[in-house]
Amino acid sequence: MKLSWLFIAWRNLGLKKLQTALSLVLLAFGVGLVSLLMLSEKQLSDTFKRNIEDIDLVLGAKGSPLQLILANVYHVDAPTGNIRLVDAEKVMRHPYIAEGIPLAYGDNYRGYRIVGSTEAYAKHYGATLAEGREFRNSFEIVLGAKVSDATGLQIGDEFFSAHGLQDETDVHAEKSFRVVGRLEHSGTVLDQLLLCTISTIWEVHEEYQETVTPEDREITAVLLKKRNPLAVLTIPNAIRETNMQVALPSIEINRLTQNFGIGMGTLRAIALLIMLISFGSIFISVYDNLLARRYELALMRTMGGQRSGLFVLLLLEGGLLSAGGSLLGLIFSRMGLMTLAQLVEDKFRYDWSNISLMQEELILVVMAIFIGLVAAAIPGISAVKIDTSRTLSQSQ
Amino acid sequence: MIRTTNLTFRYQKDSPLLTFPDLECPAKDQMLLLGESGCGKTTLLHLLCGMLQPTQGSVHVRGLSLGEMTEADRDTFRGRNVGIVFQNSHFLQSLTVLENIAMPAFLQGVSFDKREGFYLLEQLGIAHKAHDRPRDLSIGEQQRAGIARALIHRPALVLADEPTSALDDSSTEAVLALLERQAEAADATLVIVTHDQRLKNRYKNRFVLTNQAQSK
Repeated sequence: MKLSWLFIAWRNLGLKKLQTALSLVLLAFGVGLVSLLMLSEKQLSDTFKRNIEDIDLVLGAKGSPLQLILANVYHVDAPTGNIRLVDAEKVMRHPYIAEGIPLAYGDNYRGYRIVGSTEAYAKHYGATLAEGREFRNSFEIVLGAKVSDATGLQIGDEFFSAHGLQDETDVHAEKSFRVVGRLEHSGTVLDQLLLCTISTIWEVHEEYQETVTPEDREITAVLLKKRNPLAVLTIPNAIRETNMQVALPSIEINRLTQNFGIGMGTLRAIALLIMLISFGSIFISVYDNLLARRYELALMRTMGGQRSGLFVLLLLEGGLLSAGGSLLGLIFSRMGLMTLAQLVEDKFRYDWSNISLMQEELILVVMAIFIGLVAAAIPGISAVKIDTSRTLSQSQ
Repeated sequence: MIRTTNLTFRYQKDSPLLTFPDLECPAKDQMLLLGESGCGKTTLLHLLCGMLQPTQGSVHVRGLSLGEMTEADRDTFRGRNVGIVFQNSHFLQSLTVLENIAMPAFLQGVSFDKREGFYLLEQLGIAHKAHDRPRDLSIGEQQRAGIARALIHRPALVLADEPTSALDDSSTEAVLALLERQAEAADATLVIVTHDQRLKNRYKNRFVLTNQAQSK
């Protein structure tokens, strides 16, 4: 049989199950919440960043620039309106612009947007075909990975679209679409879109716009890549007189996350407060044990135990509590993220299932254990100072 | 085994000075320290095992002067050479009886032989309680477990502080017999500190402390 300070510390914690459980749960909540915030912020910014990669400007109808970005880059908001193709082409041909990807949409299939564009759109996000081929003709559809998973559409299937971007009440029953290809999962907005040619979108809506001259052809937006940094300054000037505007995705997203940031900051403050309370609880737990066990500690001294040993014992109790609480916290945050990922996946169809340990979390855990040790060191010092003789004679 | 010379002790600057007559106890002897409560019996016992340091005078145990050791050395020396039986046997409540018996060995950094622990508990008639928590034992059983813990590491000196004051006559007899027999079996010197007059005639080597409260 082999005793150790760790074993005795473990047993001592086990003797006060309620107190121990309280300390553990408090710390687990604190660490869990902070780590969950870190994880979701990272996933959020990763998701945002992946989608605005190499898109310098977005050209669209005047309105809220943030809405323009959300609608045309992330496809989570309604578009600001339509712009005339001839006007948009002028901008796309501007010498400061390297490339422009036109987008036109207005229909959905079971809540998934049908977006008309060129081959450049899929190429831009590095998406590759999982099977089938690219769209060539009108009414040919290439499915995003999530769309194909969610709707069960197969290559060769035909379906009708619904007017609008969300519901399926107003079905265009005249012309059916046909699936010709399916994209590999890319973790970008493409996963949740059905892609086709721009002319497809025009043809679907011909019934509404009876006589459409090439002059009047409209699209929704253009994603622009700049050739010259000055584009950011000159393009807005060039289109001042039109109904168009350009917005910078990076700036709008920064603004958005800064607004998010206020809420995140509040949550983080609450999480830190919970952690602080839990350290108080660890302190009380170890200190309370100390008071109740003064005699036991003195007893160990009479049996040859050194002062340093008693100090180690109390440190271990605090260390076990803080390490256990932190570990539980990391498990909590992973469970939380997986729940959140399910929610995000259902609502926005982004994949948030990356739950690997972040470096910031390691720092968080190391700090938590350190503070736990400090919280235990304070009663530990009084344990070292215990007057063996007096403690023993007082208890008799 | 034990020798004290000109021993005096004062708890605080303004508290009365306790003086103790010189005492001597040869190895393997059994000795009684008798005195009324408040005459400094426990103080003397703590001085003998080095938990307290005398104001003046010296304590020698096994020929070594406790006053000349560092505190850490005294802790080690006490752990190795002294076993203490307390009036109310206290234990580490989170550990089992057997684990409590293993504590002295652990604190001295030596290995503990489980069979030896069981053997001793068996001798004391509480082997069946080895895996129970101390608080689940009766007072008498706790006392015997306390004796087992004081003797397990075969100390040269066993100090018993009021081992019988809470016991009736027959239990007193049983506990004393156990203590004496176990001390003898371990070749240990036994010093019993008590105010219990029933023990007066049991030991040839006895030492009566007088109440010093009046004589400052």
